[in-house]
Amino acid sequence: MWPTELPAFVPFFVAALLALVTRGHLRSVLMLSIVTLSGLHLWFLDGDVLVNMQFLEYELAPYRVDSLSIVFGYVFHIAAFVSILFALHIKDTMQHVCGLLYAGSAMGALFAGDLLTLFVFWEILAVSSVFLVWARRTERAYQSGMRYLIIQVGSGVILLGGLLLHVEQTGSLEFDFIGTDHLGGWLILLAFGIKSAFPLLHTWLTDAYPEATPTGTVFLSAFTTKTAIYTLARGYPGTELLIYVGATMACFPIFYAVIQNDLRRVLSYSLINQLGFMVCGIGIGTALAINGAVSHAFVHIIYKSLLFMSMGAVLYRTGKIKATDIGGLYKTMPKTAVLCIIGAASISAFPLFSGFVAKSMIMAAAMKEGYPWIWLVLLLASAGVLKHAGIQIPYFAFFAHDSGIRTSEPPKNMLLAMTIAAFLCLAIGIYPKMLYQLLPFATDFNPYDLTHVLAQTQLLFFAMLAFVWLNLQGVYPPEKVAINLDAEWLYRRFLRRLVEKISSYVQGLDSELKLKVEDRVNWLVTYFAQRHYPTGKGTVIRPTGNMVMYIAILLAAYLWLLLSFPH
Amino acid sequence: MIEHLPILQVLVPLLGAPLCIIVRNPRMVGLFALSISTITFLVSCSLLQQVLQNGTIVYELGGWAAPWGIEYRIDYLNSYLLLLVSAMSAIVLVASQSSISRELPRNRHMLFYTAYLLCLTGLLGILCTGDAFNVFVFLEISSLSSYTLIALGNDRRALTAAYQYLIMGTIGATFIIIGVGLMYMMTGTLNMYDLAQRLPEVHNSKTVLSAIGFFIVGVCLKLALFPLHLWLPNAYAFAPSIATAFLAATSTKVAVYVLIRFIFSVVGPEFVDTVLPLQEIFVVLGVSGIFATSISAIYQLNIKRLFAYSSVAQIGYMILALAIGTPLGLTATLIHLFNHALMKAALFLAIGGVVYRVGSAQLSHFAGLGRQMPWTMAAIVAGGLSLIGVPLTVGFVSKWYLVLALLEKGWWPLTILVLISSLLALIYVWRIVEWVYFSSPRIVLDEVKDPPLSQLVPIYILVVANFYFGIDTSLTVGISKKAAEMLFGGVF
Repeated sequence: MWPTELPAFVPFFVAALLALVTRGHLRSVLMLSIVTLSGLHLWFLDGDVLVNMQFLEYELAPYRVDSLSIVFGYVFHIAAFVSILFALHIKDTMQHVCGLLYAGSAMGALFAGDLLTLFVFWEILAVSSVFLVWARRTERAYQSGMRYLIIQVGSGVILLGGLLLHVEQTGSLEFDFIGTDHLGGWLILLAFGIKSAFPLLHTWLTDAYPEATPTGTVFLSAFTTKTAIYTLARGYPGTELLIYVGATMACFPIFYAVIQNDLRRVLSYSLINQLGFMVCGIGIGTALAINGAVSHAFVHIIYKSLLFMSMGAVLYRTGKIKATDIGGLYKTMPKTAVLCIIGAASISAFPLFSGFVAKSMIMAAAMKEGYPWIWLVLLLASAGVLKHAGIQIPYFAFFAHDSGIRTSEPPKNMLLAMTIAAFLCLAIGIYPKMLYQLLPFATDFNPYDLTHVLAQTQLLFFAMLAFVWLNLQGVYPPEKVAINLDAEWLYRRFLRRLVEKISSYVQGLDSELKLKVEDRVNWLVTYFAQRHYPTGKGTVIRPTGNMVMYIAILLAAYLWLLLSFPH
Repeated sequence: MIEHLPILQVLVPLLGAPLCIIVRNPRMVGLFALSISTITFLVSCSLLQQVLQNGTIVYELGGWAAPWGIEYRIDYLNSYLLLLVSAMSAIVLVASQSSISRELPRNRHMLFYTAYLLCLTGLLGILCTGDAFNVFVFLEISSLSSYTLIALGNDRRALTAAYQYLIMGTIGATFIIIGVGLMYMMTGTLNMYDLAQRLPEVHNSKTVLSAIGFFIVGVCLKLALFPLHLWLPNAYAFAPSIATAFLAATSTKVAVYVLIRFIFSVVGPEFVDTVLPLQEIFVVLGVSGIFATSISAIYQLNIKRLFAYSSVAQIGYMILALAIGTPLGLTATLIHLFNHALMKAALFLAIGGVVYRVGSAQLSHFAGLGRQMPWTMAAIVAGGLSLIGVPLTVGFVSKWYLVLALLEKGWWPLTILVLISSLLALIYVWRIVEWVYFSSPRIVLDEVKDPPLSQLVPIYILVVANFYFGIDTSLTVGISKKAAEMLFGGVF
């Protein structure tokens, strides 16, 4: 008798509990086997599942599996398995427990059939994930984790506000299409938007992810934002605004990624860029576009964690992650280098790699639905991806100038985790049918037709050519390759200045705004502190006199209001 | 026997109080007080059951009929609160023995328990009685004994705090008695239900309107409505931990009950709604109280004071919900009344456990206690989560109904403010978490560990209750709804 209605988060929470009380190999075996079992449990699920319960006056559905959520469920299990495997060697109980709680709450949010359950897991997701940042145990990590937590919990509060208005409006807590025809819908969209790193709401991501532990970032990159993408796909498919938001997201990180030196921060920006594609797909909202967004999320989780793992391995071995500090590592970490290149090829959407089979769907949908400009923007963004993630990452880490660092391959579990992810990248790229079968809408899309392959190969080929040529010419020092490629191959040289101007202007505006807000907040905090600390002005040591005054005022106010404004 | 339960509810602790002096022995007196409190708890359970089955119970003291004699009336509203107060008292008393033994000299134990039982008598009396003057008498009994309880604190400042509270509390009581006196002058009756009949005849006189004003302002002082809360932080901070836990869980709640009873059963909701400017006053003071005192709480260095300020903020929520003036709003007030008692009792008992081991409630003394006192700290975190209003805790249920009531009324700007204020609660709870889990201990002492079971068990009963009533709301929401319907229907 197999309990088909066992919610997917339960095994994870149980595993977290077990990880708390076990040590060493036993813990490793338990964690991996429970996640595997949970994945199999989901795999063998027959048809949709809906579990109902009563709370207050509402019908809740704490567990609901259908064709949209199950795809995310599969990939979340893969990501959880890989991330845990990658983190197996560390001795830090807190990271293991929080990683499992975090993955479990992502499952919970994913399979939440009502908004209240979603809200609960939304908040657990926020709280459990911040410990992966704090586990770095540096002052910087603590500070940025704190900012991360405040924004995440804030998004939960906004979600709560939105869902209350939504209930007031519709009388139902069910989580399905929400739409933006009432205020509650807008608030919920804002909450989802914060978690999926909409432009201007994205700062928590690029702030906190690079500060997390080498293994923690792998967890983080998989769950938070993709949960948000799922909720957007569930609640707001076909909302036109999202197309433009998505296009902006796909573009603006390019300007930032250019100047980043911290390679994990580059990856964080590229994460936002990738999310932009998905949001765009959701905004278009046709069956093809939603399929594209879902499959993009699917493959993205895998190759993004592969990239974060390879950078994590570098950080773990060398203790450095700045592009200027490392380089030439291929000599001592050849396997990691190869695996990283597979990830880079996938994210750049080379044919036969997984990124290709997903990205072309969204682009095709944009063209088909009559958004040629969006198509062009996405194309531009694809070039940007190639530049900052596809080339910048492996090149600076493993090649470029030789930093003289001699190290060794990361531990076996890290290599194994990366190999699994790399294998999946290739497998999906070569047999896309495997992925397409899982999608929510039936599809006969074929990525390997002449136009797709040719266009993409051309794009990539010219990029490579430009890169190689510039290197041979020795015109540019290695650290600047990223910028030149961007300007050179897409815009020609004379437009380079313009791009730099724009990017510096955008950054200037952004930091100016941040400074202003920070100033205000600081002023307010100091003001309250002065008034309210036990020695401050606002604190009354002998309160009787004040109290008598207040009571007189209150009585007078009552009588005055009563007698001068008779109702 | 069973028909005399309403008077037994008050009589048992009243007789128990002087007996404490006779018992004397510090060990025995605690057990004795606990057994008295347990009996009152059982009585209140049975009363609640009767009310749920047969409706309102009317009991005439000494067989004198209503307008002349004193009458006790037990309906949904007060049977619900009787249960709350007697249950809190009993649970707190379980923890009292060990905590008191650390904080008070042995020869004062019997005085403590005497004052405690008297305070309980006063609170239960206020709840039971249907006579306006009787309310005043019981209010004074509970107040005077709570001044004593606070003054027993071993901090020297406890005496000043109690003295300040005495003066302010007496001013409040004076206002109440002025109000009652003026009403008596106009109607010639003191029975609440008789008053409700006769007041409409003289509603337009300025005397009655001022009487109502005096009464309400006096009660607002007792329930610590911002800015009349100034007596509360010091009183809670310096009283013995057990007294703080008991008072925080019950006394302001009973004052809120008096306000509700007076507005709905005596003056009548329509009159309040159409003539009196209470809604404006309550909304303004409720909301500004929530913010001002939550912000104060953030900057406190003593954790008892911190939660004292947070109590005032919670009163703000109750008054705001009351000001909405709809059955749903009243339901929200009543639910929060109950839920807040659960949170604060759990929190103050847990802090009592810390004082027992560490000897201080200063925030800085909590550094690193997460490892040394894991169970106690987990209880504080659980109580804090409930205070913030995290789902699955009672705090969530409270906020949920408050927000629904606000939205139903269409006051969505206030809704937003309420949600923002939850973040303030998050900040002050977080400060504690930061000290407890993220700082290294000041001094590593072996004797710093979780308090004895006699304290942990009641703490965890309350913590579990915080979660249980957050999931199964049939008792709290069910009775609150019935009580709200009854009060708005004008059926007594």
